[in-house]
Amino acid sequence: MTDDANELSCAAFQAQLPELIGAGVNTAEHPHVQSCELCRTLLSDLETIAEAARQLFPIEEPPDKLWAQIELRIRTEEGSAG
Amino acid sequence: MVGNIAEAEDLTQEAFLQLHRKIATFRGDSAFSTWLHRLAVNVVLMQLRKKGLSLISLDEAMEPTPEERPGRSFGAPDLALSGAIDRLALQKAIDDLPAGYRLIFVLHDIEGYEHNEIAAMLECSIGNSKSQLHKARLKLRETLRMHPQEEGRR
Repeated sequence: MTDDANELSCAAFQAQLPELIGAGVNTAEHPHVQSCELCRTLLSDLETIAEAARQLFPIEEPPDKLWAQIELRIRTEEGSAG
Repeated sequence: MVGNIAEAEDLTQEAFLQLHRKIATFRGDSAFSTWLHRLAVNVVLMQLRKKGLSLISLDEAMEPTPEERPGRSFGAPDLALSGAIDRLALQKAIDDLPAGYRLIFVLHDIEGYEHNEIAAMLECSIGNSKSQLHKARLKLRETLRMHPQEEGRR
């Protein structure tokens, strides 16, 4: 994929990618991907990143003391308003 | 989303205070969860503004400076990521994303929101949400390819 025509083709395909991926299209079956190793690799990498991100963060539960602080601030605001 | 537990707790507190102040303005035009999440995201955006992200409009705010943008992906295929990604490297790369990219990446890829929900929360277009997410992933790929292990060790 080094000549201009192929690079343009990659550029055109990659310009469509946000919409294709966002719409849930199976990009692996796209004709360009079938013939382009570079874009196949790109798609594989993006999927790897998305998959790794899904497993990255445990849901962080706020500590119990935080709610006590929130209640206190709300009461303080109500007190100063009333 | 802000990459810091103490700051996240402060923002959680601020979000609940805002909720208490503004609950009477909820008119039921959208689901309460969407309204509440938008309120919380706005609290985060306000914080990002305070930290120096100059926001004129959300779209402009989410558009990084030219040097922060991901490059086009016509590099050599042998630099591709190899299967598994180092968890710490990915975490660090996400922390280093421009704020707008990080916001959408976290909402979509980590918290699991759909583009239409993100667009409603951030009051941007669905196309903008898709585009920013794609750019965020490209930027992460670029970073991870350049520093596959070093990122996680810093």
